[in-house]
Amino acid sequence: MTEAVRIPKSSVSTSSVWQLMKYVFFAFLFMFVLLVCLHIVTLRLDIGSESNAAVDLVNNSISLNLGSEPPQLDSTRSTDMVSGQVLGHVMEGLIRYGPNNEILPGIAESWDVSELSATFYLRTDAVWSNGAPVTADDFVFAWQTALNPETASQYSFILYPLKNGEAINTGEATVEELGATAIDDYTLQVELEQPTPYFIKLLAFFTYLPINREFYESRDGKYGTNAEDLIYNGPFLISKWQHGSSLRLEKNSDYWDEAEIHLDAIDFAYIISDPNAILNLFATEKIVMAGLQAENIERALANRWQIKEHVDGSVFYLGFNHRENRPTSNRNLRKAIQMVCDPEELVYKVLKTPGNRPGESIFPVWLRGVNGYFRDEYPAPKHKPDVELAQEYMARALDELELTTPPQLIFLTGDSEFSTKHAEYYQSLFKENLGIEVRIDQQIFQQRLAKMTSGDYDIVAAGWGPDYDDVLTFGDLFSSWNANNRGLFKNDELDRNVQIAQQSSDPKARMEAMDRVQQILYEEAAIIFEYERGSNYVADDRVQGVTRRAVGTDPDYTRAYISERQPK
Amino acid sequence: MPRYVLMRLIQGVITVWFIATATFFVMHNIPGDPLLDDKAVSEEIRKNLEAKYGLDKHELVQYGIYMWNMVRGDFGLSFKHENRPVNKIIAERFPVSAILGILAIVIAGLGGVLWGALTALYRNRWPDVVIIILVILGISVPSFVFATAGQLVIVMANRIVGFEILPVAGWGTIWHMLVPALVLGLGTMAFLTRLMRTSMLEIVNADYIRTARSKGVPIAQIFAKHQFRNAILPVVTVLGPSIAAITTGGFVVENVFAIPGLGRTFVEAVQQSDYTVIMGTTVFYGAFLVLMVIVVDIVYAFIDPRVRLK
Repeated sequence: MTEAVRIPKSSVSTSSVWQLMKYVFFAFLFMFVLLVCLHIVTLRLDIGSESNAAVDLVNNSISLNLGSEPPQLDSTRSTDMVSGQVLGHVMEGLIRYGPNNEILPGIAESWDVSELSATFYLRTDAVWSNGAPVTADDFVFAWQTALNPETASQYSFILYPLKNGEAINTGEATVEELGATAIDDYTLQVELEQPTPYFIKLLAFFTYLPINREFYESRDGKYGTNAEDLIYNGPFLISKWQHGSSLRLEKNSDYWDEAEIHLDAIDFAYIISDPNAILNLFATEKIVMAGLQAENIERALANRWQIKEHVDGSVFYLGFNHRENRPTSNRNLRKAIQMVCDPEELVYKVLKTPGNRPGESIFPVWLRGVNGYFRDEYPAPKHKPDVELAQEYMARALDELELTTPPQLIFLTGDSEFSTKHAEYYQSLFKENLGIEVRIDQQIFQQRLAKMTSGDYDIVAAGWGPDYDDVLTFGDLFSSWNANNRGLFKNDELDRNVQIAQQSSDPKARMEAMDRVQQILYEEAAIIFEYERGSNYVADDRVQGVTRRAVGTDPDYTRAYISERQPK
Repeated sequence: MPRYVLMRLIQGVITVWFIATATFFVMHNIPGDPLLDDKAVSEEIRKNLEAKYGLDKHELVQYGIYMWNMVRGDFGLSFKHENRPVNKIIAERFPVSAILGILAIVIAGLGGVLWGALTALYRNRWPDVVIIILVILGISVPSFVFATAGQLVIVMANRIVGFEILPVAGWGTIWHMLVPALVLGLGTMAFLTRLMRTSMLEIVNADYIRTARSKGVPIAQIFAKHQFRNAILPVVTVLGPSIAAITTGGFVVENVFAIPGLGRTFVEAVQQSDYTVIMGTTVFYGAFLVLMVIVVDIVYAFIDPRVRLK
């Protein structure tokens, strides 16, 4: 029957195609009208970024991306790196870090420090962007707010060196009892709970930033939510904050050190985390810097861009679950695993991206010791992989665990491509050398944290980044009272040494204590050192004066400037 | 008719309530919660946080409070973007997703009908074969591949031409949305092409086409008035759910092209266990989908008089 109605091919095509052409014409007309309408609506809504060039010579500004949006910019409650980066450009604390991480005067012009107290003399020419002077009370207020249990600040612990800091935070003292007093508008008196030799270095951390009391209270609990819910005392101010889309900083002409600030604007024009898209933005000169990951480093090489390295300060390790019902609570099992692990092989043959450094200690190489670098003064424990020794440990472990075959272990890790590759490397390493079956458990960040906290794992891929520039930021990580010690490692000698480093004012005694910590962590195989992370990036060479840091605002564009393009 | 609409609306409300309830309990019972962060907090701070967000109450009490607020149209405050009302986040982000979605669905609809008609017209000849291969590609290749490839094409085009034809990413003008909308619409376009083709070929054999031919109607007129028009009907039917799927499913495209839309907000909220944003966006999306299906049903009744709304 079909044949009967079949339309002859040749004649149909031409006339029907003509009909279709008419359809196409109207479709295009409709599309055009629609596009115009949508364009008008989009402009009306005013969401998004102006499409500026990476380096704008006319307006003396640069354009960048942010990896994520700051959840809010109330410094007492901020926790993430991106918020830290933005706050570092728009706010200033008592001190700031210089280009070589030296401590420079910020709002405080000078200070006297003794063992249990400190006095800060504030400069009189520092003002908030609403015209109010920056006074000693602004610091007292911010610190009290951060410690107030009602604020529920996650970083309140960093204020615990202040007298009564911990007591206030746990509700045992009132905020008025805090060891910080404004003697007058420009003199700030601080009392410490116990000797804290690294106290000055803490002051650069964002929880220590000042907040104007009057303005904070006038925002009725919304301080830090939007650009108009903030005032600034730093080199830049936020002129426009479009949630989820862009954040624009403009030079703060009231900043006391205004002469040193060269850029008129820094435009965080994109909030984007996709590594390939970020590189595309860089390739079309839309942003001045792009971070490189394993997946896009090849492309940067192919383009012959100069790849820069930056030690981002963090260390990565395999954490064991030390809870008693877990096989990994057995020291011999952990030692066996330790003896088959080879950080050099991991870094050079598995991870392969440049910049990483094989891990030897919980303390990265850039940390300062008594006079020079800590790791020069106190070398890390010597590690040499030894499969035979590992198998001896394994035999003893099986004996103690009363097992005939090696136990199956759960390897908890992230959900990225990198995590998969990384976990599979250990899976085959442990299987081949020790006969241990590893079950890889890949989880998104929140679920991973939940499982780490509840102890639902045997081995976890973990890392730690520094909060302040002192060995203790890594050193106290495995003390029994540290809430970040999620594997519940407990060692009395380690605890004692952490206390020494917290309280002693003798640099040598502190560093020796920390040396014991790195030795104990290795001897007990509490964790397995993997690598110190180095990140790679490409940057526009017209922008100079940018500072990269392991601790503090990173990358720091506050004192950057635009220079002529360098001849190739 | 009004009775029918009312019934459908009541059904819709029950559906949305069910979605909200299921999401609420599943969300609260998977590992992880919005208060967990990189740095662990002490017991005291944890308790303070729980009290602040009402997480210390019994789950059923929390559910009751949430439902009561939701009925009054208040989705609460975001956990991660502290102090920002979820209503405001949705109001800011949804228009962006909607604009992108409208454009994508129009591209998909117009393109799908055109390609579908062409394949039917040139059945089993080379245009048909080429288009069908492309359709299979369009349906099977995931959107993140298209998104990444699309962006790369812009980069290369800009480089070859020497100036910026289209922006690589971002949002704010019509130029920003052309490629993302095309990428977003590709899958649906492929699907609609196949649907249109099938429906065109079915109609070729229908009685009324045969009648028209036998009484001597010009072929072009048969194609335009009888075949084409009738073949579009099934396409309209699936357009409703497609609009919802496109408007809500754009998170990959939104991520790659740095577009501040709701899809991206939703995925980020899930990753961060941002309870209130997850709830708000899910309920909103659910309601939107239900509404779209109802609207299409009603529109359908106008287009096709054979459909009776009972």
